[in-house]
Amino acid sequence: MQQQLVKADHATPASLRWHLWRRRVGLPYLFLVPFLVLFAFFFILPLGYALGISLFADRLVGGSVFIGIQNYLQVLHDGNFWEGIRHTVLLLLVQVPIMLGLALIFALLLDSGVARLRTLFRLGFFLPYAIPSVISALLWGYLYSSNIGPFAQLASIFHLPAPGFLTDAGMLPSLGNIVTWQWTGYNMIIMFAALQAVSPELYDAARVDGATGWDVARYIKIPLIAPAIILTAVFSIIGTLQLFNEPSILSTIASSVIQDHYTPNLYAYTLAFTNQQYNYSAAVSFALGIVVFIFSYIFMLVTNRGGRQR
Amino acid sequence: MATIAKAPASAQVPASSAGQVRRAGWSLQALATVFLLIFLIYFLLPFFWLIVSSTKTNAELFTTFGLWFAPDFNLFRNLSDVFTYDSGVFLTWLWNTTYYSIVSAVGATLIATLAGYVFAKFRFPGRTLVFAIILGAIMVPATALAVPTYLLLSKIGLINTPLAVILPSLVSPFGVYLMRVYAEQAVPDDLLDAARVDGAGELRIFWSVALRILMPGFVTVLLLVFVGTWNNYFLPLLVLSNPSFYPLTVGLANWNQQASAGGGSQLLYTIVVTGSLVSIVPLIVGFLCLQRYWQSGLTFGSMKS
Repeated sequence: MQQQLVKADHATPASLRWHLWRRRVGLPYLFLVPFLVLFAFFFILPLGYALGISLFADRLVGGSVFIGIQNYLQVLHDGNFWEGIRHTVLLLLVQVPIMLGLALIFALLLDSGVARLRTLFRLGFFLPYAIPSVISALLWGYLYSSNIGPFAQLASIFHLPAPGFLTDAGMLPSLGNIVTWQWTGYNMIIMFAALQAVSPELYDAARVDGATGWDVARYIKIPLIAPAIILTAVFSIIGTLQLFNEPSILSTIASSVIQDHYTPNLYAYTLAFTNQQYNYSAAVSFALGIVVFIFSYIFMLVTNRGGRQR
Repeated sequence: MATIAKAPASAQVPASSAGQVRRAGWSLQALATVFLLIFLIYFLLPFFWLIVSSTKTNAELFTTFGLWFAPDFNLFRNLSDVFTYDSGVFLTWLWNTTYYSIVSAVGATLIATLAGYVFAKFRFPGRTLVFAIILGAIMVPATALAVPTYLLLSKIGLINTPLAVILPSLVSPFGVYLMRVYAEQAVPDDLLDAARVDGAGELRIFWSVALRILMPGFVTVLLLVFVGTWNNYFLPLLVLSNPSFYPLTVGLANWNQQASAGGGSQLLYTIVVTGSLVSIVPLIVGFLCLQRYWQSGLTFGSMKS
């Protein structure tokens, strides 16, 4: 850098300025061009486009008409949208705490060295993450099935009715189980990695003061890895509210339970590709985006405040 | 322990865990191990079912107990069915998935590495703002993008072509973030300055000095994008309608739909089951072989946030 400046000293002021500009602005942006072009085309442009068309309506007479926020007002009063939100929020409130709680317990157990066979557990728990969510939904769909599923087969051996995994009441827990099965190991690895980065001297000092393993976990480890836990929670909030693959696959074997608006994302898909209501579908997608943002924001606000009080 | 050789703190683990085990005592250790074993069974049970079921005939799927093998062993018959059904379209899907994943992974990783390196090692006007926008994109719900991406792609006539899957997959904001964090830690400024003094151009410095140091991070992002594309369902479902362009996920979901609808083709159940097994084997093998890369990737992601 310095060498360049020294050389440039001999040049005229104008070419010096050009030289500096090229080095400070031109070059970094030149390197960023491939990413920024694709990013603009596949992130910024679709978002802007969706926002744009969500403000229009396709009329039989007159074609595309600007209607302002009317589509959004319609979403506000759309029972289908809110039913989808209700399903995903229920999952959010029940399944996500269970999943993250399990992930934290596993991470703490594996990190503390209490259990044996730690590598086996770490890899075994993580394995479901490696397979496509479509295939895990297919797999669990078979396991839930009342004719080839092993649970129904076991029940029939004991002359019990087949468990109602795919009924109205059973569907949300069944979906929650698929998500838990697939993502617990992933969240565990993130927390485990954060735990491994904590210096063990911190606990050794606490131990000398007579702290038990539980105290160390509760008062030292968990607060120290709080950022990692919050990260997993935010990713889970985003993922759960956007649920699509699992209900979409299960709907093929339980079409009467999973209607086309079971989750907001499924609803947006149906609106666009079955009903060809692109404008309204974009409004639903955006409304979902807003809901996701609100939930993530409230969550971060709450955890931030909790952190400061402590 | 060798498995997490990349994690920075791994060297400290044995000392602390040995001390803890001594304190914990035998009964606590047994209790914790049994607790984890129960969950291991839960996590591995569907895999076991899948392996067992892919050795059965269609009739046996219904008549024999799902969690144990049938008297006869039909795996090879099923495998040949998978690869010959529908005039061998499964092999096309397998090829498509591999092709989309490799091209997306290599392209996205190169682009993200270049961008992450620039954000880490150059100060330029707009740096904070542009990076903040990219970070914000990690939080954007994929749904808000899917339908407009479909509409845009159809406007420029790319719908129903491999590019419709590959081009959007080339953008990895998370990859840029990971590479920035990695480059900040791994590439010393002095080294870059030394190369500049020697008169090397910036592109040459990136290509032959920085990229070599960034290799571990590069492989991590490569792996993450590869798996993301391999497992992608929503995007290809939207943008592809010709079965000969389908990836495995969309193809298998399609077969499953036909199997569930009946359609007189009972054969399909065994094909979907065995096809699922075939499509996850490469991923599982890859994950087990390349553990240290994805584990270090997740470590970087969580530590800096």
